[in-house]
Amino acid sequence: MSSFTDAARLGNTGAVVSSCLDAGRPALVGYLPVGYPCVAQSMEAFRAVVEGSDGRGADIVEIGIPYSDPLMDGLVIQHATVKARARGVHTRDAFTAAETVAATGAAPMVMTYWNLIEAYGPDRFARDLASAGGRGVITPDLPPDDCPEWFEASDAHNLDRVFLIAPSSTDERIALTMGSCRGWVYATSVMGVTGARSATSDAAPVIVGRARAIDPTVPVGIGLGVSNGAQAAEIGGYADLVIVGSALLKCLDSDGADMPGDLRRLRALSGELAAGVASARP
Amino acid sequence: MSLPTDTGHFGQFGGRFVPEALQAALAELTEAFDAAWADPSYHAELEKLQRDYSGRPTPITVAGNFSRQCGNATILLKREDLNHTGAHKINNVLGQALLTKRMGKTRVIAETGAGQHGVATATAAALLGLECRVYMGEVDTQRQALNVARMQLLGAEVYAVAAGSRTLKDAMNEAMRDWVTTVEDTHYLIGTVGGPHPFPYLVRELQRVISTEARRQMIAEHGGLPDYVAACVGGGSNAIGMFYDFIEDPSVGLYGFEAEGEGIATGRHAATITAGSPGVLHGARTYVLQDEEGQTIESHSISAGLDYPGVGPEHAWLATTGRAVYEPVTDADAMDAFKQLTRTEGIIPAIESAHAVAGAKRLGLRLAQERPDLHPKILVCLSGRGDKDVATAFDWFGLPGVPDKTVGGLE
Ligand SMILES: Cc1ncc(COP(=O)(O)O)c(C=O)c1O
Repeated sequence: MSSFTDAARLGNTGAVVSSCLDAGRPALVGYLPVGYPCVAQSMEAFRAVVEGSDGRGADIVEIGIPYSDPLMDGLVIQHATVKARARGVHTRDAFTAAETVAATGAAPMVMTYWNLIEAYGPDRFARDLASAGGRGVITPDLPPDDCPEWFEASDAHNLDRVFLIAPSSTDERIALTMGSCRGWVYATSVMGVTGARSATSDAAPVIVGRARAIDPTVPVGIGLGVSNGAQAAEIGGYADLVIVGSALLKCLDSDGADMPGDLRRLRALSGELAAGVASARP
Repeated sequence: MSLPTDTGHFGQFGGRFVPEALQAALAELTEAFDAAWADPSYHAELEKLQRDYSGRPTPITVAGNFSRQCGNATILLKREDLNHTGAHKINNVLGQALLTKRMGKTRVIAETGAGQHGVATATAAALLGLECRVYMGEVDTQRQALNVARMQLLGAEVYAVAAGSRTLKDAMNEAMRDWVTTVEDTHYLIGTVGGPHPFPYLVRELQRVISTEARRQMIAEHGGLPDYVAACVGGGSNAIGMFYDFIEDPSVGLYGFEAEGEGIATGRHAATITAGSPGVLHGARTYVLQDEEGQTIESHSISAGLDYPGVGPEHAWLATTGRAVYEPVTDADAMDAFKQLTRTEGIIPAIESAHAVAGAKRLGLRLAQERPDLHPKILVCLSGRGDKDVATAFDWFGLPGVPDKTVGGLE
């Protein structure tokens, strides 16, 4: 059973996590950038991540917005987002993606660098995302102690606010960050950028343990480096959410030339990850 | 109030917009710098290096011949080009390299555009026994090949960055990504007054030596404070260094000259304050060249060191408050000034610095029209020397690159 009971802290997506935990498993979060291989095909990819191979895939979908200066992204995501931008992706396409994901029944969130929200206008961004069915926003480069306008906008439009913690974070910053989050907190398992890794990180259970001890009211997700079902099962043994990005994106490696084949692989991996989290807590 | 605030803000600008993984390192760096800055032994070590290694104080040269083309103005040059390695960049690097040692880190990474910061970093790394990697946009590795070779000779690894505009902006992204992964043993030695707090503050304090010296030299040797101080602005480190000690002198006008490239109207420029808007880039809120969605627009300048779509947050602040004025200078005007200074004074400036020289000349001519009674003294930061730019200048002026004449031996 979920130990998370404070509805105000859980917001929309923390409630999804809580119900997954009630069902005896952590939540699965899948990340893909919108606009890759192109905007239309990326919508098919989002659906595939939710549906998996047998109708069971991600519970929460992170819709990444391609950005010109991605400080946190490794090569796989960079290559895709550079192409997406060259092919004409826009901020507003994230709202279409949110509608697409919401229609599948999974919870859509947006992952974006802050400048894109600032340029769109924080209140307008929150309003348009919420009205497209979006449930929250993950902001990897926004310091939670320097963004009053984002607190206002996300509160006004009932969106979750997810900030990141890292193995290098002090206890003080973990407390500050978790206190600023609604929904859940994103813990990066390694010091580094995005990218699938072959081995799981020793730092991951440590950061989850620290976060739990500091603030037990918000679920903790682990991301960066998860690439297969076995890793998802391992991490799902202690984390409340398992977040997978680059490994999913790698399935789209025909760059749109063989979309049916790519989607088949994407569904298979998403299904494998879902089975992984399902078996995480026997 | 002295800025930045504890949180690194200059009014609405500045801050720390970086992945959380770096927040601890930035806090550590702030603490280490504050401790070092309060420690006389750090200053003693730094001053010794500045004097015995870099060659400070740098002189002020009165550009008498060149001044004749500048209305009634007298142009004075603060000769940062005479520093070891050929630019003001070494001022910052020596301070940060000492800090790296103090923090117990063994490796430095840096981004570089013109290569001067990369060369300075590689130099300090060689001197202090630090491992060094420099990220440089692929375009810049070509136009600044001489500096790539210098860095390699000094023992640094040079990584060409083939993403985005393949210039300074992308080198900075790559260095940030490296740092997120290696922050444990690595210091990111940022080369300008940009990036997340404390860099804009820390680099300013280290470059401030330019105006501290210049102010004293003007009073002692040149009859008093200058009427105007001018510098080129890429990220803004030589400019803030040149401005800082004059900020509290209300009689001194501060002028920053940005790269206008082929002209603002062509879209091919790097005039961030003139033509940009507030946003977040590379960890700070500042002026940014960006489209209406907040995607950074690629900049263009003939000078690799000014080819950057952002600017240090303190300059954004000085522009907003009106304390400093920022104006653009085109490639063509900068290259004219490059040639004129070279031919009239025997000083080949860096193309970056030539923007400041061109801007000072324009200011002098404008003042001669507006205030013919004035005989203004314009102090220009000559941030670097032009050896690295010889190939670019050859192309620009269409020089043949062969001797003018062959003559026989002595009869
Ligand atoms: C000689 C010289 N001047 C100026 C600059 C521009 O940098 P900043 O604006 O930080 O002084 C550079 C950068 O490479 C440079 O090499």
